[in-house]
This record gives sequence, C-alpha cells and structure tokens, in this order.
Amino acid sequence: MNYVLPLIPALPLVAFFITLFLGKWWLKDSAHWIPILAMAGSFVLSVAAFLAIRGEEHAMVVELWRWIPVGDFQVPIAFQLDQLSSVMLLVVTGVGTLIFIYSKGYMHGDPGYYRFFAYLSLFAFSMLMLVLGANYLLLYLGWEAVGLCSYYLIGFYYHKPSAASAGKKAFLTNRVGDFGFGLGVMLIFVTFGSLDYLHVFEAVEHGGTSEGILLAIGLLLFMGAMGKSAQFPLHVWLPDAMEGPTPVSALIHAATMVTAGVYMVARSSVIFASAPTAMLVVGAVGAFTAIFAASIGLVQNDIKRVMAYSTVSQLGYMFMALGIGAWIPAIFHLVTHAFFKALLFLGSGSVIHSLGGEQDMRKMGGLARKIPFTYWTLIAGAFALAGVFPFAGFWSKDEILGMNFKGGGYIIWAVGLIAAFITAFYTFRLIFMTFWGESRMDPEVEKHVHESPWSMVVPLMVLGVLSVGAGALLGIPPEGGLFAKFLEPVFEPANQILGVHHEAFAAIDVILMIVSLAVALSGVALAYVFYVRRPDDLPQKAGAISQPLYKAVLNKWYIDEIYDATIIRLTIDGSRWLWRVVDAGVIDGAVNGVARLWDIAGRIVSPFQTGRVQNYAVVMFVGLFVIVTAVIVF
Amino acid sequence: MVIPIEWYLVLSAFLFAIGAAGVLMRRNLFIVLFSIELMMNAVNINLVGFSRLHENLIGQNFVLFTMTVAAAEAAIGLAIVTALYRNRRTLMVDMFDVMKG
Amino acid sequence: MEFGFAEQIGFRALSLLTFLPSLGALIMVLFMRGRPSAYKATALVASLATFALSVYMLTAFDSSTAAFQFQENFVWIENFGINYHMGVDGISMLMLLLTSFLSVIAIIGSWNYVKDRELAFFASLLILETGMIGVFTSMDLFLFYVFWEVQLIPMYFIIGIWGGARRIYAATKFFLYTFTGSVLMLVATLAVVWWYGKESGALTFDILTLQNAGFPSNIQFWGFLAFFVAFAIKVPMFPVHTWLPDAHVEAPTAGSVILAGVLLKMGVYGMIRFCIGFFPEATVNAVPYIMVLSVIAIVYGAAVSLVQPDMKKLVAYSSVSHMGFVTAGLFTFNQQGIEGSVLQMVNHGILTGALFQMVGFFYERTHTREIKDYGGMARPLPIAAAFFSLFVLGSLGLPGLNGFVGEFLILLGVFQYMKVFAVIASLGIILGAGYLLWMYQRTMFGELTNEKWLSLKDLSAREVLTLVPLAAMSVVIGVWPGPFLEMLHAPSLEIIAKVEPFMAQQHSLVQMASTFLGGF
Repeated sequence: MNYVLPLIPALPLVAFFITLFLGKWWLKDSAHWIPILAMAGSFVLSVAAFLAIRGEEHAMVVELWRWIPVGDFQVPIAFQLDQLSSVMLLVVTGVGTLIFIYSKGYMHGDPGYYRFFAYLSLFAFSMLMLVLGANYLLLYLGWEAVGLCSYYLIGFYYHKPSAASAGKKAFLTNRVGDFGFGLGVMLIFVTFGSLDYLHVFEAVEHGGTSEGILLAIGLLLFMGAMGKSAQFPLHVWLPDAMEGPTPVSALIHAATMVTAGVYMVARSSVIFASAPTAMLVVGAVGAFTAIFAASIGLVQNDIKRVMAYSTVSQLGYMFMALGIGAWIPAIFHLVTHAFFKALLFLGSGSVIHSLGGEQDMRKMGGLARKIPFTYWTLIAGAFALAGVFPFAGFWSKDEILGMNFKGGGYIIWAVGLIAAFITAFYTFRLIFMTFWGESRMDPEVEKHVHESPWSMVVPLMVLGVLSVGAGALLGIPPEGGLFAKFLEPVFEPANQILGVHHEAFAAIDVILMIVSLAVALSGVALAYVFYVRRPDDLPQKAGAISQPLYKAVLNKWYIDEIYDATIIRLTIDGSRWLWRVVDAGVIDGAVNGVARLWDIAGRIVSPFQTGRVQNYAVVMFVGLFVIVTAVIVF
Repeated sequence: MVIPIEWYLVLSAFLFAIGAAGVLMRRNLFIVLFSIELMMNAVNINLVGFSRLHENLIGQNFVLFTMTVAAAEAAIGLAIVTALYRNRRTLMVDMFDVMKG
Repeated sequence: MEFGFAEQIGFRALSLLTFLPSLGALIMVLFMRGRPSAYKATALVASLATFALSVYMLTAFDSSTAAFQFQENFVWIENFGINYHMGVDGISMLMLLLTSFLSVIAIIGSWNYVKDRELAFFASLLILETGMIGVFTSMDLFLFYVFWEVQLIPMYFIIGIWGGARRIYAATKFFLYTFTGSVLMLVATLAVVWWYGKESGALTFDILTLQNAGFPSNIQFWGFLAFFVAFAIKVPMFPVHTWLPDAHVEAPTAGSVILAGVLLKMGVYGMIRFCIGFFPEATVNAVPYIMVLSVIAIVYGAAVSLVQPDMKKLVAYSSVSHMGFVTAGLFTFNQQGIEGSVLQMVNHGILTGALFQMVGFFYERTHTREIKDYGGMARPLPIAAAFFSLFVLGSLGLPGLNGFVGEFLILLGVFQYMKVFAVIASLGIILGAGYLLWMYQRTMFGELTNEKWLSLKDLSAREVLTLVPLAAMSVVIGVWPGPFLEMLHAPSLEIIAKVEPFMAQQHSLVQMASTFLGGF
C-alpha cells in the first residue's frame, strides 16, 4: 500500500501537467488519452486499495514528508486509507473515469479541449487528495483545490461573462464557508495539539474535552461543509455553477466535489457524535435545504438547473442523515446519488448535445424516440432519484427516512417525505417535458437531432446499470447490507459514543418502505397528470392559483437578490467609503494638510526673500550698524 | 612729516562709504563690482596705515595678498558678468531676482 | 568544528555580497556609457553574481543556531564606537536571498521598459540592491542607519525620474514619509547609544551589545516608540500607509517589484532587530495595540482593494493587507506566528513582486492600468493569463501555493494569541479572494472590451523567464516549506526567549483587551 496509495492521486497530477504543457501544441485533439488512462489507472489502484482494506480494523497511514513543521505544529503530507476513504476513492475514480470518457465525446471540437482535460485531471488529483488526506490541513488543501478547479471549470467558457461571474461566485461563497472551516482547523489544533485524524479522534473518544469546544469545532467545520455542499444559506453558487460544461456539472457539481461536505462530517463523526447540538444543527439545516431546494426545482425550466436544485436537495438528505447519526446511510446515499445524479446530468448533457446546446425544457418534448439510449438511461436515473423500488435511490433514501422515524425525528421524517414527493414530481416533470408529448423544438434544431456518440452513450449505460442495481446489491437488507458491513469499522467509535445499537430488520421497516414508495409513486403520478394528461392548462392554472408563491419560488425565494442588496452592497459601499472618505479624506487629508501647513508658513515668510542682492546687503549693513552701535553705546 | 593715522582712517572711511553706497545703490553690475574694489582698497589703506603706525610689515604683506586675490576676484567677477550679460542681455542688478521667494 | 571553505571566504562574503552590485554600477557608469547592451549585460551579471553568491552562502549556512554567521567586524570610527560589523542569522539570510532574487527578476523584467537615461536606471537598481543588502546584514546601528538612508535615495530617483504622471508628488511623499521615520530613528539611536555610553563608560553602536543592554523603562518606551514609528511607516502599517499606493502607482515596474518585494520587509525586519531586540519590555506592552492596528490593516487594506479601479493600486492596497498579516503574526510571540510572519514576507515578496511584474507587462502592451479598460484578455494573452492566475491564487492563499503556508501559520499564531483577532483576520481572507478574483475576472475573462487587444502579443521568452522562477518558488514553498522554515526555527525561539520574561505582565493587557473586545 505504501506505493499504491500515493500513486492514486499522483497519476491524475502527472496527467494534468502533461496535458497542460503539451496539450496545446502537441496533443491537441488526442488530449483525452492521458487523463483517461490516468484516471482508469487510479481506479484500478483504488480497487486494489479496497481489497486491501476490506475487513481491516485499523486505518493505514502513509506519510510522505513533513509539510509544515513549526514547533509543536507538525503537519505531514500523509494519506489515510480506511473504509470511508476507500468508498470515496472508488466513487471518485469510478464515476470520474466514466465522465472522462463521456467528455471525449461531449467536448469534441471545443477550442479548449486540452485545457478541459487538464482541469479535469487537476480536479481528480485534488479530490483524491481530499479523500485520502490523513489530517485536517490536507483535507483543507484538497477542499480549496477542488474549489479552484470548480472555479476554472465553471468559468471554462470564460468569454461568457455569466460563466466568469458564476465561477467567482462559487469560489467566494465557498470561501465564506471555508472561513469557518479554517477557524475550525485552528481550534482543533489548539485543542488537541494535532491535526491528524487518528490522533484527534482518539483524543475525543478519550473524553475530557469540553462539549462547548467540540460544539464550536463541529459548527465551524459544518460551516465549511455548508459552503462546499451547497446547503442553505450558502447554496446560491451551485445552480449558477451550471454555466460549466455538462460533464463538469456531473462530476464536480453532482457526484464528487459537492459531497465533500458530507464526507467531512462523516469523517469527523466522532466529533459530531460528542456534540449533540452540532448534530442537531446539521440535521436541521439538511432537512430545511432538502425541502427548500426541492421547492425551487419544481418550477425551473432549464434542464440543468432542475438537476442542480435536485442536487442541493439530495445533499440536504445526506446531512439530514448525518444529523441523526445515520453515518452509513448518508454515505450510502452519497454513493447511489453519485451514480444516478451523474447519470442524470450526463443524460441531460446528451440531450443538450443532441439539440445543439438547447437547455430550456419548454423547447424540447417528444425526444423519446429520437434519442432512445439517452431516454432509457435517463428513465433509470429518474426512477432512482425519485426513490422508486427497486432502483438505487430507493434503498438509500429509505434508509435515511427510516432511521429518522425510528430515531424519533418525526418532524424531519415528515419534511423528508414531503421533499421526496416533490422530488418525484419534478424529476418526472423533467422526463415528461423533455421526452414525451409533442415536440416544441425549433424546426431548425429538430432537423439536427441525433443520438450522441458511443463515447457518451456507453458511460450512460454503465451508470444506468449502477442506478438500477447498485442500491439493491449493496443495501439489502437495509442497515445491514454489504455496504453497511464494510463501513462499520469506521463509524464504530462514533456509534459507541451515541449508544446506537444495531436493530434487526423488522415489520416497521417494511411499513416505512411502503410509505416512502407510495409517496414517490404519487409524485410521479401527479407529474403524469400535470405534464402528460393536461400539459396545456393544469400547470398554468396551478401557477395562477398560487401566484405570489409561484413567483417567489421561480425567483429562488429571492435569496440572490437579498444577498446582493445586503451583504454585497454593504461590502462594496463600505469599502468605497473607506477608500474615499477614510483613506483619501482623513488620512491622506491629514498628511497633505501637514504639507500644506508648511506651504502656508513658507508663503508668509517668503516675501522677505526678494532675490535682489542689494536688498540683502542693505539689511546686512543696517544690521551691522545697529549691532556695532549697540556694542559701543552699551 | 609723519602723516597721522587719522588721515589714513578718514580717507579710508570715505572711500569705504563711497564703495558701500555704490554696492547698495547702483544698478549696473559693473559699477557694483568697481565699488567692491573701492571698498577693498579702503581696507588696504587701513592696513598700510596701521602697518606704518606699528612699524610692522605684516600689514603691508597682507595688502599684497589682498591685491592678488582682488585681481583674481575681479577676473572671475568680470567673467561671470560677461556670461550673465550674454544670457540675459542686461546688467541691471535688480533684474536678477531668480531667487525671489 | 572544522574550518571549511565557507569559513575561509566567510569573513568577506557579506561585504562582497553587499558591494558587488555597486561595483557593477560603477563599472557601468565609468566604462559603458552609450552602449546599452554592454551595461545591461553588466547589470544582469552583477545581480546574477550576487544571487549566486547568496545561494552559495546558503549552502554554508548553519540553520541550527540563532547566532550570527559570516561575521566581519572592523573598527570604523573608533571614538564613537562605530564598527563596520556585518553578520546574518536565519531571518536576514532569507531576506538576502529574497533581495538578490528579486533584483535579478527586476532587472530582467525592465530590460526594455525604460527608454530614457537607461544607464542611470540600471545603476540605480544596483545601488538600491547594495542598500537593501546592507540593511539586512548590518550589525552596527550606525552602519544600519547609513544603509537605511542609502537605499532611500535610488528609490526616490527611480520613482521620481522614471515614474508616471504624478511621479514628483509620489516620490516626495515616499521620501518625506520614510524620512520622517528615519529622523525619529536617528534621534532614538543617539539616545540609546548615549544612555548606554553613560552607563558602561564607552560608546558603542554594536547591535548585539545594545540588545543585551537592558534599557530602563522610560528609555524603552520612547526608544520603542521612535523605532516603531520609523518601521511602521516602512511596512506600512495602518494608518501610515498612504504613501504606498501613490508610490506604487507612479513607480516603474521594477521599482514596484523591489518596493513591494523588499523595501516593505525592511520595516518588519527592523522591528525584529530593534523594537523586539532592544526594547522587549516595551514591545510586549505594545502588543495589543499593534495587534489591533494589524488586524485593521488586514481588513481595511482588503476592503479598499476591493473598490480600486486601477490594477496597480489594487495590488498596492493588497500589500497593506498582507503586511498586516505579517505584523500580526510577528507580535503573537509564538513560534507559528513568528515563522509564518517571516515566511509570509518571502511569500509576499514573491507573489506581489510577480503581480506587479505582470501588471507592468500588461501596461507595456496596453498603456492603461484601469481595470475597466481590460476584459477578455485571456484570449489574446493565454500564457499571461495562466501566470497571472497562478499568482492571484497564491496571493489569495490557495493551499499548495506559498501564500497559504505563511497565512495559515500566522492565523494559527494569532488564534493562539486571541481568537477574536483570528476571526477578524480571516474575514480579510474572504475579502482577499474577493478583490483578487474580481480583478482577475474583470481583466482576463468576459468579452473583449477592445478589439485592439486582439493584436497584442503574448508574453515573450524574456518575460516568461522572469515569471517562471517566481512561479516555481511559489509552488516549492507551497508544497515543501520545510527548508525555509528550518532556517527560522532558531531565530524565532530566540525572539520568544527574549520576550518571555515580560509576558507575565502582558497577559493582564491581553485580558483587558479581550474584555474590551467582548472576549471569545
């Protein structure tokens, strides 16, 4: 493992450098080969890592070198392999490889082709650093680095002002979260004298740390997670991030990077378990975000934006799970979500690709027969997202809801259930508007509709299979499946602190499953009524009845506008005031004032300086005369 | 007959006063220069007079020095005046007030 | 301990290092009038040789001790106890490397920049280098003062002769501001020397002797104040920073690079040597105030940067913010803070030097620095945009690049000192990302604002050559800062040991300040 582990992130890094430096002049249209091979290599190595760590009690740590050694602050570049990082590795490299392959087709012919693959490789490297790092500072490094790649990739079409500002918005919003994360890391160091996971967690388990400090750490870390995983109120960047190319949305803004927050909280499960209030906050924010984002997704017309809000909402589910200590279901949902959401994004990308760039669902329709592969894979993804038995999303979502119910979180359970209903509705709204019914396409566009190339369809099919089967394969029986068994050692300490006992599968689980299935199906059915049976009048009527609400939702609850009017306005105006008034006015005013004072003094005495030698001489003579007289007389 | 020291002093005082008045009041740079020479010679007369009074040759020595320096000074002074005239086309002293504050 | 080659050349290495650039300048002025290629080459060779020598000294440098190395000590003016005494410790060694490194970059960077009186320009740069190196190597207060003034003059000319439209105003402001501080420093120097002479019976300007003098409280207070103001102006700390934006905006590129890269560091360096070295007690008592000023500088500088319409002014104000980090870290008096602070000086020198260099390159092409005149420049200038993004990212503290290491260590130090300050300083980091990315977006991204820009040429090989070392250093320090920090361990422990005895009484002040600020 000592050599394998560092190689996993190193391969994409090497691919990044090669592609970046040679891409423009040499690799050009074949720039995809090196990144794809590197990614596939990382995947193989990740599988090896998975096999090595299966059933192990303890984590493996490989230290490369001391990164920042200052006094008692010693941070190594070190990798930690345990079941949690292994799962993340597989997701990142697995889904990553598929998306890399997909990108070959999707980005074909783009002038920035090599640049795109270079960024993707850098992203893969950063994400792998994030999940492999053995201490909080490396997590922070990966965290910021993925944010950077996200910035570049969102702004990939940099000549579009909207893309450029979306990238900036993403980075800045994340920075707000990282403000907390950074402080949290410092507090961890000050409290425990180390940033290594193993050391910190051991110290927490040992007890003796005041709950207030643990709560502060938990909340500060969660602040970072809120930024990266787009939880309310820091969710605003993710929908805008859809300005990036679709493979980016799939890889970064659905499958991997945005789940980093979930990974972080799960990784710190011991800390959160010791600070119940922090968990409550995590759960509450998650639940609120789940329903909040779902409500916005309900009315969006841009196919990618629907997906974006759905991602925010699904991330909310994961935090909801973490909030009650359902670590494994959260990670399980993370994995299944990575499959089906990547699928949905890639599928939408395929739709957009075949329509030559059209993203507005109002200008689609009737595509099912024209692009059948895309259609059928998307259907699989949609069922998974809606949580319909036996698709992947059903198992993970049901586990989250079930554990909430059984844990006594009835309110959160109810919220989750409503959100699930909305999710099913908007997912199938998307399917129906895009693929069913009459075509609403521009005739010009319609002529050119074509199925996407194989490099795009094959990844879709693989993800489709995973979306169908992965849930059942890994998640049966609920809370005791292969997945749970595998991950158990990682979360054992946290569960011990929480006093969670494993319960056998019981009748109550079956009832809950049926309830959530019923909710999901009714959502699908309602969407069917709205957009297939009566697409011409029902949506309009519903919108008209709830006019103010509809408008608020359509405008994303005016969150962006509120931020613009308050925080951003205040910062800019305040800064301008500081510059114009304080800096130029007060400080420089004082400085120049002093200078002017001397200037005035000079003006007063300068007339005595006539410049005529004779005047001076007269004064000298008179002065001499006066002095001599005075000396003689007195 | 020994000329009494007072005669020297009175003559030198007159010469010095004329020179000083010239320096202070005349506008032509040449005249100003000449007036300075005049003042210098007044001082020389004083030196010679006291030299005789004290029967000490140091004073006369000094006069020789002064005259040499005065010659050099006159040469430089005239050179400057010539240069000034070339530049400004005037020798009126009150026109040279570049250093006016 | 065996005496290797280092020891043998050691006793003259520092003098050689100091005067090598001036020697180059002399040769240029005497023999190479009117032959641009010859004198430029000489300038380059002189600066390269200086850099090579400083690197060579690094290999002979023993980082395990805080003692001064490569010492040379000659009597200069015996009656006043003035010696020609030079030596370096880890901190000054790093500063030397930074100085000689940036000087090379500045000289290559301004190869075709000035059109007028080129010889004098390069000669000034070299004399400036002598002054700067002298400041970092002097171990005699008088010698230090001489070099301190020596570097002021070429800089004054560089701004005043080769600067922009308001260069006279800027140069005068720069000179007067700094000189006010210098005069205070001179008075304090004389007071300190006089007091010590009265006590011990012999005048001395020797820094090491004076550091162990143990001045009484009143001398400490006034001495500290005078030295501190002198150095605070140089750093510059809030609120005596307003010369900086003007000087930077008007200065030619090389001037800005050196000014931001090295000259500002002399202020902090002076604080380490003199404020802390001579007056530890007064320093400890002043820490809360310094902290408040530093934190204000961090947030204030960042906020003002946010709204600057001029790229160069933006970078200049960002320097105020970054130097706020440096002073904040230094006066935490814990190892992380101090080492972070000194490392951040190096980082800031590299990154801000690079940013100024890049703004200069853009200016040479477009003849404007207004952000609104740019836009979409990534299209005609992809290589420039790539480098620019690297430096912007380093500057906003992206992990993996050098800015992060320093900044994080400083914040960690400040956090240990008082949490509230760390929280506020962290806000500066958010703002930092804000102004830098916003600038980057408005200049490099978006649609081309001006069709003319399409015909611009991307960076030439020479320009890339100036940026590659900066970029490389940025990455190296980012991923492997160990060797650099290693040099700082001993000096930073020395500083801590120096102030330790007075810390007990400082705590009451901290508590006062923290109750005042509402505590955390």
